[in-house]
Amino acid sequence: MAEAAAAPAKPAKTTSGRPDSLHLLLNNSLATAGLVIFALIVLAALAAPLLPLPDPDATAPANRLLRPLAEGHLLGTDALGRDILSRLIWGTRVSLAVGISATLIAAFFGSLIGLVAGYAGGRVDTLLMRGIDMVMAFPYILLALAIVAVLGPGLLNALYAIAVVNIPFFARNIRGIALGLSRREFVDAARLSGKSNTQILFVEVLPNVLPVIIITMSTTIGWMILETAGLSFLGLGAQPPQADLGSMLGDGRKILFTAPHVSIIPGTMIFALVMSINLLGDGVRDVLDPRLKSGALTRPVARTAVMRQIVPEDIRPDRNAVLDVRGLKTEFHFGGEVYKAVGGVDMAIGQGECLGIVGESGSGKSVSAMSIMGLVPTPPGRITGGVALLDGEDLFAATDERIRHLRGSAVSHVFQDPLSTLHPLFTVGDQLIEAIQAHQPLPKAQAREKAASLLKVVRIPNPAERLKSYPHELSGGMRQRVCIAMALANDAKIIIADEPTTALDVTVQAQVLSLLDALRKEHNAGILFITHDFGVVSAICDRVAVMYAGQFVETGTTDDILSSPAHPYTAKLIDCVPVLGQPERRLDAIGGRPPVVNRLPIGCAFAERCPRAQDDCRAAPIPVTELGEGRTVRCVHPLTGEAADA
Amino acid sequence: MTAYIAKRLLAAIPVLFGLTIIVFLIMAMIPGDPATAILGSYATPENVERLNRQLGLDKPLVQQYFIWLGNMLHGDFGRSYTLNRPVLDEVLERFSATLILAGTSLVLCSVLGLIAGVISAVRQFSWVDKIITFVVLIGISVPSFWLGLLLILVFAVDLRWFPASGMFAIYGGGDLPDLLHHLFLPALTLAVVATGVIARLTRTAMLEVLRQDYIRTARAKGVTENAVIYKHAFKAALVTVIPVIGIQAGFVLGGAVYIETVFQWPGIGSMLVKAISTRDLLLVQGGVLVVAAAYVLFNLAADVVQTILDPRLR
Amino acid sequence: MHEGVLLQIERAERVFGGGRTLFGQPKPAVHAVQDVTIDVRKGETLGVVGESGCGKSTLARMIVGLDAPTGGRILFDGRDLVAEAGRDLRRLAREVQYVFQDPVASLNPRKTIRTILEAPLIHLLHLGKGQREARLEELMDAVNLAPEFLDRYPHEFSGGQAQRIGVARALAANPKLIVLDEPVSALDVSVQAQVLNILDGLKDRFGLTYVFISHDLSVVESVSDRVAVMYFGRIVEVGPGRSVFRSPRHPYTHLLLNSAPAPGRKSLVSEDADTELPDPYNPPPGCAFYARCPRRTDMCNSRMPSLESVPGEEGHAAACFHPHGGT
Repeated sequence: MAEAAAAPAKPAKTTSGRPDSLHLLLNNSLATAGLVIFALIVLAALAAPLLPLPDPDATAPANRLLRPLAEGHLLGTDALGRDILSRLIWGTRVSLAVGISATLIAAFFGSLIGLVAGYAGGRVDTLLMRGIDMVMAFPYILLALAIVAVLGPGLLNALYAIAVVNIPFFARNIRGIALGLSRREFVDAARLSGKSNTQILFVEVLPNVLPVIIITMSTTIGWMILETAGLSFLGLGAQPPQADLGSMLGDGRKILFTAPHVSIIPGTMIFALVMSINLLGDGVRDVLDPRLKSGALTRPVARTAVMRQIVPEDIRPDRNAVLDVRGLKTEFHFGGEVYKAVGGVDMAIGQGECLGIVGESGSGKSVSAMSIMGLVPTPPGRITGGVALLDGEDLFAATDERIRHLRGSAVSHVFQDPLSTLHPLFTVGDQLIEAIQAHQPLPKAQAREKAASLLKVVRIPNPAERLKSYPHELSGGMRQRVCIAMALANDAKIIIADEPTTALDVTVQAQVLSLLDALRKEHNAGILFITHDFGVVSAICDRVAVMYAGQFVETGTTDDILSSPAHPYTAKLIDCVPVLGQPERRLDAIGGRPPVVNRLPIGCAFAERCPRAQDDCRAAPIPVTELGEGRTVRCVHPLTGEAADA
Repeated sequence: MTAYIAKRLLAAIPVLFGLTIIVFLIMAMIPGDPATAILGSYATPENVERLNRQLGLDKPLVQQYFIWLGNMLHGDFGRSYTLNRPVLDEVLERFSATLILAGTSLVLCSVLGLIAGVISAVRQFSWVDKIITFVVLIGISVPSFWLGLLLILVFAVDLRWFPASGMFAIYGGGDLPDLLHHLFLPALTLAVVATGVIARLTRTAMLEVLRQDYIRTARAKGVTENAVIYKHAFKAALVTVIPVIGIQAGFVLGGAVYIETVFQWPGIGSMLVKAISTRDLLLVQGGVLVVAAAYVLFNLAADVVQTILDPRLR
Repeated sequence: MHEGVLLQIERAERVFGGGRTLFGQPKPAVHAVQDVTIDVRKGETLGVVGESGCGKSTLARMIVGLDAPTGGRILFDGRDLVAEAGRDLRRLAREVQYVFQDPVASLNPRKTIRTILEAPLIHLLHLGKGQREARLEELMDAVNLAPEFLDRYPHEFSGGQAQRIGVARALAANPKLIVLDEPVSALDVSVQAQVLNILDGLKDRFGLTYVFISHDLSVVESVSDRVAVMYFGRIVEVGPGRSVFRSPRHPYTHLLLNSAPAPGRKSLVSEDADTELPDPYNPPPGCAFYARCPRRTDMCNSRMPSLESVPGEEGHAAACFHPHGGT
């Protein structure tokens, strides 16, 4: 679904990142609540010296253990008669200061170690990370305890201990990111621009790591406040008369049964503080994490949502077609914007026929193909119009169970990258057997035999052995053969192949293409073949549809379209690619860029880049013109035969 | 596979050595005269002198380490001056109680966390997801020692459903039901934070996996949605969650320090706190070493499970 | 030294891994590039083709000093590049520059185009502020981009535009040689031509020499004066583009050319399934193409063929005991 992901990246940026991020954060009501509570607590803590509070350490044995709402003591008093409200606010001040300092110390040293280790790599990395691993080999709190045990109880010692045990956490996180960034090409580019290692580390790498440091800090600060409170609770942190929230809670514990409020109140404060920080931290993470922005963390449902506004009626089904698609429209809805990825596509595939869809990235060719069996992820995708008739049955009206039944049996798929499309944790055999058993009630042994015979069909040597292999143990070409075997498992009538050879080397591509070509003839299966390469089209497709900005601009037989393209875009697309054996050919580049599919023009989408465009091209939607038997073009000024030769 | 496990076991040895080095270095940081610190302020000068010689404190640091390590390897962890018994005996006795508590918690948090995370991911954006997400957030924000106190107040003091402290009833206890009765509240309290962490991670891992190409392949094959989620997606998500369960074991073992103190559980955590406040440093050292070693072994197990699940790691 | 030779690669070799572990066991080693000898002449475009894993990118990185050869020498204008880059990459970077495959990944997402293009002007050429402004304008003009793009961030550009910025950065330091590592393979076909045409124009305008690396035979054929075909870390055939493409001698080149799809080409020659690259950790003693070769004999499996000149064809050589005849 690279096309879908690419589309929203295009729109022109109107504002810079910063106000945008804050706005996003405030949109999140939980994060806002967290921010408000946190701000209130911090304000109260900061203002402690200014507030009309009694001395937090002034004991008054006469007033000991007053309940909350007692006169002059809003939250009551503790075992020594000290005012709990005053101690609470002063204690919060201490806890906050300790938590924040510990976070800063850990973040600074941890990030520095992580940056250096990740960037330097090699021995430096090994040495630093081994050290970090050693520290991490201790249960977290235990190490802090050991440090406090040796240094002696005290708030400052607790702070050091908590900071030290958190350094590995930062170091590991940051190292991972820095390592990935250091291998990125822009680091090599900076090196070739004459920058020194220090310059690259702090000027090129650090700015990219900063968001991660901030996310890590926002998620750990609450945690550090909890841990320092814990040490104080055990009597190892703040020492009397100084009090932080943890030591107040620890004092209260001794009189839990007689005066529970003395421990409940500081505990509630710790909870409120940490909860508000975590709410805020989650909000910050949601804003900064690119995965959440791009929608990479929304769960796609089993089948694309069908919300058809137009259902074409009284269609005369094409008798020769196994699959007959009319007026297919698929849209993506992202944050209020509608991306019309497919804007009305008709196609028909007969028995044993191969139809190619050619287009550039973002043209909607994959989305068209994936819409047929509902494999476009929802959210954000939805099918908004058209019908897809499989032997006369409307797939968009079928039940989910019916679609599941047809997937992999009547209609099967082969995808682009054979490494990511096979499950890495199951053997090839298990995955093939699953495909067989999903549609045929065969016992396992028989299914295994069938799986082996399928591998033989796709010409994989030593099939019985190969069934035990995991995908990563096979080469790219082998993996794609396995995928093809899977597509053949239940005698599919239609195979939808989405750029099945794009990720492969030329010689392997040739093998896979000739295999597919032979198999469709043997099995009499129709193929819908998605590609960007006219060379590949020539090798396998009977007919071609050229796609641009969500619509077919031209259809016809492969020979016709290659020899005399009628749409200016088709002609340009053929002419801009170098052809083997014709090194002297001048490459005719297409100027400009394709339109973004959330802002399509009324008229022809190609008009902006077209040398033949006239006013009428931009005025109204362009109808499809029939040029001959099975030959159509969506252009008001198509090229005639002579023009194409010229 | 066996070869891999053997290799991992061998690789754990340097880590264990690393642990001893760190503990040794921490002990070397003790301000003032270590022997006095170790023996306490009531030690006789003869005893201090003898310990100084025994620890080789007049020798260089590296040599001191090897003398120290040699003693450890002979099972000589020294004597606790507060308890007047060998450190190792006390530590091992206490450790079994901690294992019961922490082990129960770990099972509890893994099961609850995985279930909550999967439900929350599968029903993303539904009210179930929102409730789980919020409860999980509360779970990771609440101070466990405070939660323990609240639970005691409600379930032990008010409702009298569970005992407030200890591992067995003083009169007539000692059997399994009695143990479980005492175990319930502390194990639950200890599991809360880890459950939250595991649930969160499971949710993210499931959501990430459900976007993968191979999930689309599974759907394209016509596999039922249940199989897609619980077989294809869950197995892949588990691979990322298991190391985190390993790390959570460390938090559970560490968190036991608080919970054992709150519930007066006779484990190694409450022993450590007492030992620190009485400055019984040999007891602290022994306790830390044993718990850390157990943690290393547990992480090793998590590694092996992960490798069994993921053939790419072999 | 041959007259007009800018870059001499002599028996270059790059081994990854290797060495011994802590316990003295040898670690597995992969020869990514082995025994590569080739000259690049002033003003020409040398194309390097091969499939993934053939070592072409490693070779490219060694030429610009991003990777160091483990054997052999690479001489630029007669000076030993390797020794120099180890001390200071900057001297080399003033002469040789690089254009990356992934145009977006090669631009730091948090820097403006101005900052990115200024870096070589500051660090390599030590230009003052006024000179830099002038040079920036010149560069943007050279790659056909409007100067107002200078203050934008990389994510605001399409792949084709980003690649033109990559080219501008390579040009900035006024190098003599530019290594182009798959410069158009990440781009859509309609944009490929824009970039190829700009590269072509720049070569004449600035008197550049190119080393053009690609897996795409038709692209290499259209841009190169001379072509080297790599397989499994070695050059198996080299010669003027016209002779290599019209009458390939090495059976691998033959297979490659016959496998490539082209508009109008109906059937592709394909081999049997069981033919893929040899195990890099356990390379065969003889010709690496042996297992796939239709012309193999026993001697191919025991001895390594060396590059031999093709009689009657100036500069054309192939490493094969049984080369195809001329047509």
